[in-house]
Amino acid sequence: MNFMASKQPENFLLGPESDSQRTLYPYVTGTSVVALKYKDGILMAADMGGSYGSTLRYKNVERMKPIGKHSLLGASGEISDFQEILRYLDDLILYDNMWDDGNSLGPKEVHNYLTRLMYNRRNKFNPLWNSLVLGGVKKGEKYLGTVSMIGVNFEDNHVATGFGNHLARPILRQEWHENLSFEDGVKLLEKCMRVLLYRDRSAINKLQIAKITEEGVTISQPYSLKTYWEFSAFANPAQGAVGTW
Amino acid sequence: MFRNQYDTDVTTWSPAGRLFQVEYAMEAVKQGSAAIGLRSKTHIVLGCVNKANSELSSHQKKIFKVDDHIGVAIAGLTADGRVLSRYMRNECINYSFTYESPLPVGRLVVQLADKAQVCTQRSWKRPYGVGLLVAGLDESGAHLYYNCPSGNYFEYQAFAIGSRSQAAKTYLERKFENFTDASRDDLVKDAIMAIRETLQGETLKSSVCTIAVVGVGEPFHILDQATVQQMIDAFEIVGEQEAPDAAAGQEASAEPEPEPEQGAAAGEGVAPMDI
Repeated sequence: MNFMASKQPENFLLGPESDSQRTLYPYVTGTSVVALKYKDGILMAADMGGSYGSTLRYKNVERMKPIGKHSLLGASGEISDFQEILRYLDDLILYDNMWDDGNSLGPKEVHNYLTRLMYNRRNKFNPLWNSLVLGGVKKGEKYLGTVSMIGVNFEDNHVATGFGNHLARPILRQEWHENLSFEDGVKLLEKCMRVLLYRDRSAINKLQIAKITEEGVTISQPYSLKTYWEFSAFANPAQGAVGTW
Repeated sequence: MFRNQYDTDVTTWSPAGRLFQVEYAMEAVKQGSAAIGLRSKTHIVLGCVNKANSELSSHQKKIFKVDDHIGVAIAGLTADGRVLSRYMRNECINYSFTYESPLPVGRLVVQLADKAQVCTQRSWKRPYGVGLLVAGLDESGAHLYYNCPSGNYFEYQAFAIGSRSQAAKTYLERKFENFTDASRDDLVKDAIMAIRETLQGETLKSSVCTIAVVGVGEPFHILDQATVQQMIDAFEIVGEQEAPDAAAGQEASAEPEPEPEQGAAAGEGVAPMDI
C-alpha cells in the first residue's frame, strides 16, 4: 500500500479522484444476444429490453444494428456504451467510404477493429461495458465473431452473450448443423430465445431477428414468442418446498 | 535546367508557376539506375539494374518487400527510398494488426503521396529525392503505381524510371497491350528484356539485375540469381531470332496512353508534376 499519503498515483485513473472519469458499473443494460451461421449468411436475435437494475425500464431498445454494407452488430451490456461504439464504427465506415476506391471493410476487419477498441479500453481501466456479436458476409464468405468487454475475441458457427452462453449454446451445440435453411435457423433461434425468456429475469417477450446475407441486412419488426405457463411445476411452485416464495 | 533566382527555396514559386526545388528532386530520380515495373491482371513484376559504387563494393538494394502483398522498387537517393520503405512497412503492419487484413495498395500509395506533398510545402524540409514503383494487390486485383517526389502518383500498366529508362519505356510501349492476360513467366521474361534495353549493349547477366514478383496467391519475393540466369539463357537464344522482327515492329508501333512523359522537356514547357 501507499505509505506516503501525498504521493500521486502514477495512473490518474487509479486514484480517488478518478472514479468519476471511468466506467465502474453498467446502468442501463441489455441482456443476451444469440447468433448462428446458416446457408445464406448469419441470423441474429436479441430482445428489445433495456433494464435499469432490476427494473425493466425501456422496452423498445434496438440492440442490433447494420454496419457498412457487409456487417451486423449485436450488443448486450451498457446501452450507452453500445451507442458510443456505433459512433466509432460510423466514423470508421465513413472514412472507408470516402476512399471510394472499390475496397471496403468486411466483417473480419470490423471485428478486429472492435477487439482492439475493447482491449485498449480495458487496459486503461475504463471499459466499454458490452459483449458484442459481429456477423456478416463478404464475397460469399460467412463470418461470425464475438468480443467481450475485456477484449476476449473468437469466431464460431454460433455465438451468444451473457445468459445465452449458458442457456442457448448447449442447444445450439446439439442442434446446429451446416447449411441450415432460413426457416430452420429461425426456429432454432426462437427455441433458444424462448428458453431465455423463461429463465432470464431481464429478458422480455419482445424480440427482433436480424438476417445478413450477401444482398444486405434485414431486421424484422418486433414480435413476441408464444409461451406456456401451465406446467404443473409452475402452477404450484411451493408444492415441493412448503414455505418457499 | 539552369539556375535561377526562384530555385533556392521549395516554398518559392517561379513566375511561371513552377516549384524548381521539386523539379530538381525529380532530376535526382532520373540520375538513379533504372527500375521497371509491369503488371498483368494477377501479377506484377519489378526489375532493377544493379549499380555498385566500385568493383569492390556490393550493389545497392533497390527493391524492398513492404508486406506479403506489396513491394517497391526505387530510383534516386537510396537513403530516402529506405526511409520511405520503412514508413510503408510500418503502415502495412499497423493496418494488419488492427484489421487482420492486408492494407489495400491504393490506400498506401495515397498516404505515401500525401507524405511527399508535405515536403513540398514546408520551408524547413526538402522533397524526397526518390521515385517509387509500388507493386501490390488489393480487392480489385494487381496494381502498379509510380510515386513522384512532387507528391503525385499515377497508376500504370508498365513503367520505367531512372537513367536510360526511355529505352525500356519504348520496349514496354510496344508490348504493353499483351500484358493484361500474359502468364506470370511471360511477364518476368518481358521485365528482363526491358532491363536489357536500358543496358544498351552491356551483357545481360543475373548479377547486373534484380527481379521481384508479387501476385494473387504468390507473396512478394525477389527471384534468386540462378532462376534469373536460367531465364536469361533461355531467351538469349530466342532473342537472336527475334531481332529482325523487332526492327519491323518498331516502325509499326502506335502511340499508347497509359505512360505520360515525365519531365521530358527541359526548361520550357509544362512543369512535369502538372501531368
